Amino acid sequence: MGEAEFLFLLTGLKWTVLLSLVGFAGGGICGLAVALMRSSGIAPLERGTAGYIALFQGTPLLMQLFVVYYGLALVGLKLDAWVAVAIGFTLHASAYLGEIWRGSIEAVPRGQTEAAKALSLHYVARMKDVILPQAIRISLPATIGFLVQLIKGTSLAAIVGFTELTRAGNIVSNQTFKPLLVFGVVGILYFLLCWPLSLYGAHLERRMAVAAR
Amino acid sequence: MSDAAATGAAPADAMIVMSHVEKWYGDFQALTDINLAVRKGEKIVLCGPSGSGKSTLIRCINRLEDYQKGEIRVGGTRLGDDARTIDAVRREVGMVFQHFNLFPHMSVLRNCMLAPMRSLGASRAEAEATARALLERVRIHEQAEKYPAQLSGGQQQRVAIARALCMKPKVMLFDEPTSALDPEMVKEVLDTMIGLAEEGMTMICVTHEMGFARQVADRVIFMAGGAIVEEAPPQDFFSNPRHERTRKFLGEILHQP
Ligand SMILES: Nc1ncnc2c1ncn2[C@@H]1O[C@H](COP(=O)(O)OP(=O)(O)OP(=O)(O)O)[C@@H](O)[C@H]1O
Ligand SMILES: [Mg+2]
Repeated sequence: MGEAEFLFLLTGLKWTVLLSLVGFAGGGICGLAVALMRSSGIAPLERGTAGYIALFQGTPLLMQLFVVYYGLALVGLKLDAWVAVAIGFTLHASAYLGEIWRGSIEAVPRGQTEAAKALSLHYVARMKDVILPQAIRISLPATIGFLVQLIKGTSLAAIVGFTELTRAGNIVSNQTFKPLLVFGVVGILYFLLCWPLSLYGAHLERRMAVAAR
Repeated sequence: MSDAAATGAAPADAMIVMSHVEKWYGDFQALTDINLAVRKGEKIVLCGPSGSGKSTLIRCINRLEDYQKGEIRVGGTRLGDDARTIDAVRREVGMVFQHFNLFPHMSVLRNCMLAPMRSLGASRAEAEATARALLERVRIHEQAEKYPAQLSGGQQQRVAIARALCMKPKVMLFDEPTSALDPEMVKEVLDTMIGLAEEGMTMICVTHEMGFARQVADRVIFMAGGAIVEEAPPQDFFSNPRHERTRKFLGEILHQP
């Protein structure tokens, strides 16, 4: 495996990072909306988002990407691969992040909401200034854990034609006939991406466990 | 029960009027026919056994709890289900909780500045000036930059009082403000409350600090089973309770070590 092949793998890595960022950004924004609706106390919103979360947590990501890309094309909506993947990952990530963040919002003690209400803070200020800063801190380890899953999940974007890291590895391995070496390098690249995140998550978790004592 | 409240004719300077208020949690009736008129500047101490509905009563006044029957008026505003009147009432009514409920991720100063900036539209400079003045008044201004967790319980509760006062409320509600405190910190909080009372604040305090009641209260109200059983000025209430339940309750709390 020469320099050209390695650079090709790095290009794949770039796509993996970009796909992860898109999924995380889209999932973050929509996931926040899902979490807020899920804990809103408004029954139809809570039921609707509960169903959404169940659906996307209960089916494989591969199938979700398939449906968005090929399924929508069947009914005449031909999406660009980027758009399809962005939608697919956003839908997927917002279900998981929505559920993680709902739990964190509910883990903030009720007295915080009551104090904010007693101070006549309206909903937006209550959430933005009081509840969410505390909920986000609570959710950080689980959020990072999900981000690591999402990075590894981006390999599935290969099915709609993305040459991200895994697919790039596949191509190089077919050219060089050195699958062990190539996928060893691919594995190391994933590891270098995910391991620091996992470490950071574990570190935060330990620090919070200490703070909670 | 005073005749004025029972007939619904509240005194002209009434700050809070509750008439025939009833509240249920599901099938359980937590408040039964509550009639109470609190005049401007009046100090009420509310006491009664655990589960008698004291917290529920004062939490109805700023609509942390809803109620199913009757009417509550605060400073002339009839407290309804709509966000507008609830908001109007909450701006006039400050509340202090048993467990302080300070915002742990903000400095003491930020705790005090948040609500005036967000709900009264105060500028940062105004909010900070008010917050510093009130923190000074509860004698905690040296700690303004600290976080709640760095303060003692008594200090936290004084910050909570200052935070509520920053909204310039007309009424202050206290729900057992000293019962989560170590004994040596009770006095500093009670002294703060006494200072507030002397300045003429309208106050409803749920507390079992009977020394405080004797010194400050205009009326002591005894609740049991979700109803007001007896109300009287403190000297009458303590020396000459009329109801058996009140006597039993006083016997229990006054003989504690
Ligand atoms: N959210 C709730 N759901 C159901 N029942 C409740 C709820 N909150 C309070 N209650 C019940 O209502 C009754 C009155 O409660 P409340 O908290 O007002 O009592 P309290 O007089 O403040 O007691 P304490 O001295 O223990 O604080 C109690 O029997 C309580 O169990
Ligand atoms: Mg109570």
